[in-house]
Amino acid sequence: MAWRLLKIGLSSRYPEPRMFRQPPRLAPTYDVVIIGAGGHGLACAYNLARHHGIKRIAVLEKGYIGSGNTGRNTTIIRSNYLTPEGVRFYDRSVQLWRNLGAQLGLNLFYSTRGHYTLAHTDATLRTLRWRAEVNKHLGVDSRIVGPEEIAAALPMMDMSAGGHAPILGALLHAPGAVARHDAVAWGYARAADRLGVEIHQQTEVLGINAQGGRVTGVRTSCGDISTSCVVSAVAGYTPRILKMLDLTSPIYVHPLQAMVSEPLKPWLDPIIVSGSLHVYVSQTARGELVMGASLDPRELHSARSTREFTTDLAQHMLDLFPFLAGVKVNRQWAGLADMTPDFAPIMGRTPVDGFFLDAGWGTWGFKATPVAGETMAATIASNRNHELIQSFDWGRFERFELTGEKGAASVGH
Amino acid sequence: MKLIPCPLNGLRPADEFLYAGEVRAAPDPAQCTDDQWARHVFHRSGIPGIKQEWWCHTPSGYWFIVERDTNTDEILRAYAPPARVAAS
Repeated sequence: MAWRLLKIGLSSRYPEPRMFRQPPRLAPTYDVVIIGAGGHGLACAYNLARHHGIKRIAVLEKGYIGSGNTGRNTTIIRSNYLTPEGVRFYDRSVQLWRNLGAQLGLNLFYSTRGHYTLAHTDATLRTLRWRAEVNKHLGVDSRIVGPEEIAAALPMMDMSAGGHAPILGALLHAPGAVARHDAVAWGYARAADRLGVEIHQQTEVLGINAQGGRVTGVRTSCGDISTSCVVSAVAGYTPRILKMLDLTSPIYVHPLQAMVSEPLKPWLDPIIVSGSLHVYVSQTARGELVMGASLDPRELHSARSTREFTTDLAQHMLDLFPFLAGVKVNRQWAGLADMTPDFAPIMGRTPVDGFFLDAGWGTWGFKATPVAGETMAATIASNRNHELIQSFDWGRFERFELTGEKGAASVGH
Repeated sequence: MKLIPCPLNGLRPADEFLYAGEVRAAPDPAQCTDDQWARHVFHRSGIPGIKQEWWCHTPSGYWFIVERDTNTDEILRAYAPPARVAAS
């Protein structure tokens, strides 16, 4: 590695090839058109090409690769969910994550840290016990730990949370991990590109054509395409894509903000989450603290940042880690979260034949990237919802069969 | 801090207010189908635009309607709910 770095440093031109090609123009027809070149869309394209032998695939991206929520999340990977269908699904994802860097031939900085969800009330502790038992039953490594064990593992944390929210226990999920999110998008993009997938950046979808309840094509800012299969993987833009087909859904869009501190010496190995304090935090390999909180309180389709967010989150961070008082915030940003009423995604077939949805990823989408790619590709190839996503289907709301994942999917509700 | 024009209390800081979603007409549960009812319960207009929304000024417990552009977060007007909406 060091020799290679030296060689790159001494060469007058950057010797590495581009990671992906820029295809010249859209072909008139494709077998599958995927809207959105984020982790999910690219993983789907990669799986379709690699495992299902589909040749002509186009991924259309309004901005650039990974410019949406793939590059805006706080990169936490875990499978300590509450419902059996959720735990099975996310556990498959964790299994895929472990080998993903080798599979894509790119260092994703996948780092298993352990994940503590703190309980400051009896009610939270009860839900955490429930999650621990469901997890254990399904073979996922989660257990309840008491205050002594937490204090021993995290001596820098104020166990009284500033005196107003004493920590009563935690759910410790040893497989909890973080990964470098940009590399995930680039890795999938390069692997898909090598398999012949065309990734068209700066190509906005303007409309979807359907006839007799079947998809027939896509209208884009770079011309029209005919296709019988369209996949939408656009997170916060999902309602606008659905409108092109006159569909409505339970998805509502709120911004989710995050921020990162200046780099510090490594001091925080595990990932810490507190639902009551609306905080999640981990330290990157570069030493920055990546911090997130709950959703913004109202609908908004703008990835703007607010000062209220930084002050509230900083206050809660200081409850847990008072010694951070002098640490500066380096940057903050936001993404558009496509929320659902039951905090589970909406995946697979839709009322329009040939139109597949990978949406409703709200605040929990990054960790699902590999499994979403795998299950969506299998669903598209067989035109039948994959076994692991059957509980996340489009029609569950009309059947009043919601999943009940709210207690484990995000913080602050 | 952002200020919100409350029809009862005047301009007040945004953190005194609670957002409660778009103003929507409910179908008659005795007349509509289960599908229509499920759609009313769960479906939302997720696309951006100018929307009429329920807001509450929590210190005074006062509910009113805000017309807001969900693309820009700009509040266009705020007004007391018409008696008919308030009663339903």
